[in-house]
Amino acid sequence: MQRILLFLYRLRAFLLFLVLEGIAIWLIVSYNSPQGSAFFNSANQVSGSVLAAQNSVVEYFSLASVNKALVEKNAELLAELEAFKKPADSVFIELDSTLLHSFQFKGAKVINNSLNLSQNFITVNKGSKHGIKEGMGVFNEDGAIGRVKGVTKNFATVISVLHTDLLISSKIASSEVFGSTKWDGKNPKQAKLLYVPRHVTIEKGDKVVTSGYNAVFPEGIPIGTILEVSQGTDTNYLDITIELAADFSRVSYVYLVENNQEEELNELYQSNGVNNE
Amino acid sequence: MNSSRIFLLVIGFIIYFFVQVLLLKNLVLFGSAFCFLYVLYILLLPVDMKTVPTMLIAFVLGFGVDLFYDTLGIHAASAVALGFVRSGWLKVLTPTGGYDDDLQPSMLNMNFGWFLTYSIPLFLLHHLIFFYIENLGTNLFLPVVQKIIFSSIFVFIMSIIVQLLFYRRRRGI
Repeated sequence: MQRILLFLYRLRAFLLFLVLEGIAIWLIVSYNSPQGSAFFNSANQVSGSVLAAQNSVVEYFSLASVNKALVEKNAELLAELEAFKKPADSVFIELDSTLLHSFQFKGAKVINNSLNLSQNFITVNKGSKHGIKEGMGVFNEDGAIGRVKGVTKNFATVISVLHTDLLISSKIASSEVFGSTKWDGKNPKQAKLLYVPRHVTIEKGDKVVTSGYNAVFPEGIPIGTILEVSQGTDTNYLDITIELAADFSRVSYVYLVENNQEEELNELYQSNGVNNE
Repeated sequence: MNSSRIFLLVIGFIIYFFVQVLLLKNLVLFGSAFCFLYVLYILLLPVDMKTVPTMLIAFVLGFGVDLFYDTLGIHAASAVALGFVRSGWLKVLTPTGGYDDDLQPSMLNMNFGWFLTYSIPLFLLHHLIFFYIENLGTNLFLPVVQKIIFSSIFVFIMSIIVQLLFYRRRRGI
């Protein structure tokens, strides 16, 4: 017995090495599972507040560009609003009121961001206290940014579009052909549009927008423009490179969108065995 | 291990940690050269620090960095591996006459050539593990090799600059 203990004592460094690596690997695996542990990430109370404090200093450097972007977005929204104004000399009939209110929007500030790893995350300064839920879509005035992964009371982590596992249901605006946008981990300005069949003709410069099929994003939020189309190695699908609309190196304010009917939609999909991504 | 040395180690730990997560996190050259300067803290622990405490320190430091990088467990895994290898590597590189007990294996206490052979393989090992785990499931071979090599070189240059600016011979920070 004593010999065994002595033997183990001599091996203590190696055993501790195995234990610590085991813990680390367990953390890696559990964090990357679809459920994901929301606690040990940049959204927890301690690291969240440190990041928020850091951001309150750094944000001044980007004020000018943020203001400019917001003004542009405002102008665009005003122009859209103009189209919805009811003329004084006509009667307005609401056709279906349930469809009108299916999306809710919330604003948040980005306090942590990365773009050079192969799995990038963004942290925002709103959490469950402000009504943020897992699975909400995230976009800014330029285009889609990602999807909420984990929420704590005051902060939330967002899986960035620059994450090699995130698929976004998208379509080509001009031809309504749909596919999935996925980042290939190489260039933070470009992504791939997958599952577009070979027979489709595509022009360079076509806009790619969200399709609205999987209820995370409303329809028509820009994702990017088509940069390059080639035949690729896949026998069924085209190899399409798109240039992302959002500049991930300068994301400072984002909008979060919640679909009030997502639960109902998911239930419908599940009960019918449809897997929509 | 007297209390002033422990105090210096703790202060160093805090400084390296916050510099890493607040400043260097956003410093990535050409999209592939990362600056994981906190590795230098583990390398510069005193020579007589045993493997067990080294690994524990490395684990805590790596885990803390992970929280801010949203790479849970990856920094911790690579830092622990580094801590495990470090003492053996120091033994291999023992100069004639051996080390003084509380020696900090820095470039100033040893010399440039010794520090080069000491640090580069350890930097490479740490970065290899980090980027390998980080890119599991993707088929990016060249970009990963690029990141490993460029980051190691960048961290090596940074660590020389940091040592010249903030370290003194024979004493801690």
